[in-house]
Amino acid sequence: MDCDAFYASVEKRDNPALEGKPLIIGGGRRGVVSTACYVARIRGVRSAMPMFQALKLCPDAIIVKPRMAAYVDASRAIRAMMEDLTPAIQPLSLDEAFMDLSGTQRMHGAPPAVMLARLIKRMRSELGLTGSIGLSHNKFLAKIASDLDKPHGFSVIGKAETESFLHDKPVRLIWGVGSAAQASLDKAGIRSFADLKRWDKQDLIARFGAMGDRLWHLARGIDARRVTAHEPMKSISNETTFNDDTADPDILDGHLWRMAEKVSDRAKAKDMAGRVVTLKLKRANHSTLTRRVSLHSPTQMADTIYRTARALFDQVGNEGPYRLLGCGISDLTNADKADTEGDLLDPNKTKRTQAERATDKIRSRFGPDAIVKGRALR
Amino acid sequence: MKISIERAALLKAVSQAQSVVERRNTIPILANVLIEAEGADVMFRATDLDIEVVDKAPAQVERAGATTVSATTLHEIVRKLPDGALVTLTADAAAGRLTVEAGRSNFSLATLPKEDFPVMASSEYASNFSIDAVKLRRLFDKSKFAISTEETRYYLNGVYMHVATGEDGKVLRCVATDGHRLARIDTDLPAGADEMPGVIVPRKTVGELRKLLDDDEMKIAVSVSETKVRFATPDITLTSKVIDGTFPDYTRVIPQGNTRKLEVDASDFARAVDRVATVSSERSRAVKLQLDEDRLILSVNAPDSGAAEEELAVSYNDERLEIGFNAKYLLEIASQVDRENAVFMFNSSGDPTLMREGNDMSAVYVVMPMRV
Repeated sequence: MDCDAFYASVEKRDNPALEGKPLIIGGGRRGVVSTACYVARIRGVRSAMPMFQALKLCPDAIIVKPRMAAYVDASRAIRAMMEDLTPAIQPLSLDEAFMDLSGTQRMHGAPPAVMLARLIKRMRSELGLTGSIGLSHNKFLAKIASDLDKPHGFSVIGKAETESFLHDKPVRLIWGVGSAAQASLDKAGIRSFADLKRWDKQDLIARFGAMGDRLWHLARGIDARRVTAHEPMKSISNETTFNDDTADPDILDGHLWRMAEKVSDRAKAKDMAGRVVTLKLKRANHSTLTRRVSLHSPTQMADTIYRTARALFDQVGNEGPYRLLGCGISDLTNADKADTEGDLLDPNKTKRTQAERATDKIRSRFGPDAIVKGRALR
Repeated sequence: MKISIERAALLKAVSQAQSVVERRNTIPILANVLIEAEGADVMFRATDLDIEVVDKAPAQVERAGATTVSATTLHEIVRKLPDGALVTLTADAAAGRLTVEAGRSNFSLATLPKEDFPVMASSEYASNFSIDAVKLRRLFDKSKFAISTEETRYYLNGVYMHVATGEDGKVLRCVATDGHRLARIDTDLPAGADEMPGVIVPRKTVGELRKLLDDDEMKIAVSVSETKVRFATPDITLTSKVIDGTFPDYTRVIPQGNTRKLEVDASDFARAVDRVATVSSERSRAVKLQLDEDRLILSVNAPDSGAAEEELAVSYNDERLEIGFNAKYLLEIASQVDRENAVFMFNSSGDPTLMREGNDMSAVYVVMPMRV
């Protein structure tokens, strides 16, 4: 199930004055289009398009800043409706989810197609939101099907017609084949699924590695991935785009601390710690710099994440101005193995760790702003 | 250039050269060894721009000259030649080839012009002294395990060699630390070393240096400047840039007030640590030490895989103490002990612990405990 122009639909539902007008959801004067309603899409506006370009295409568009809280509420309501159908739900984002309806026919007294049609109807009548359904025998095909008949669509790819359906379709339909993968497939002369099917499995693996094996299966409409509610988390990260590009080391330092603290807060909430710290910087010309370093032992402390990322930042040197800064941790483990070792050369580290734990306790009782570091104010 | 050389002498010279050469090179000439023949000697020179090694080998020089050829390829060829073979190297500058002949084997290797080879600029050394190989070996062998690999603290990626004041006056001292453990090794100050500037000898140089130190009787000529260090035997000269950074003040790291003394047979201790650590498969395995009157219980508790415990008879006459360490660090430190007894000096379970051999203060180790 994939909602249609989800953020825009929520806005139009909540504000009838927007009905029929081109609407763009996106933030800030230098932001990008987050969602465009179908009226704006007719004029060529697309998601992830820079705002100035969108406004050139559609000067009369109404721009609304995203109200995440409202979207989360709507998403929860849809989620509850989906849960009436099956417990096996894998959300991909707020407005999109895989559902496994295998074996639910007897319980519901109706086949999945009927149940899904009812879901869409219910979403429209109870929530005032529309979505599109793609029904098939695996995730790969269901995802493709959901895009075939948008908006408010319903399409089915059955097992028997899978091969004939895929035959002349371009391989870029495969989720995860971006421009880089497309280029290397092009080089091999693979454009359509028919091209792909001519390849031997061994040759595909030799040429594309693990991806080759997957391509061979997808060419035949085979995808054994399960609908799993919880993908194991691989990393925790946060980034921020500045209102104005900056090379000011103090301002960047402040951002770095706040990002480290956010990452740390999330890691602590999930009781996880990471061994690898990553720093991400985007220059004014949109070129991205990432630096990572493996720590001696995993951490969830904002202080350690900040200091490590700061050392990486100093290594890069100030090549600013920058438009974006982010940091994160990966190679995640359980928190009980984290921050167990002190540092001989940094005898205050243990004290800072204790101070951070004490600060966390205060913040959990009196709110996140009850106590902040001076550098957070920069 | 045309020379004839014993396979054994050639192998020794070329293997030293190829270990300095970096495996992955963006500059082709850096993969090569420079061979220079003159008089009765042949010089083999290799560099990675930070380290340069020059190995002199006796040879029959029929025609003087010089060329450069891939160090790894030449090494592989010589390694595979039969022992006792006489190897003839002939450079054909016009064809850009070096011919390697031994018995009925014949190889032709691509060369690069000798003029392109970067020879490390010679420099003035502030201090020159001579030291027994065996002493230098002890300084580096006992400290190198503590060298850090952390790139953000690059100044810890080597051994800090400097002049310090020990218990009985001035000493030549090597210190290495990665923030979790530290090794401080002293030896008598050699004559002429007083003015030596303290330098951080990079990890790779320490590894290359080790190959010069196998012969106990050998005297090593050491030259040190602010930016470079040179170690030389009559045949081999190893020159290296030093790490451009300030080594942290390690003296405040070495605990002075630790009073709880544990004496234990070092090899028994190491074997027990090794045994109990087996049950844990984690990267940083924590071993818990429980100390009581003349008794030490080592234990590991890994909820996912199992638990282990072992008791050792030791000498300990202080309050009960529970303290945790990374098993790897304990093992590494215990294996530095040459004599029977290792002496551990503890304070609390959160403070750094000191380890030494008996009462010998010329080799001191510090290790940071782990929360267990």
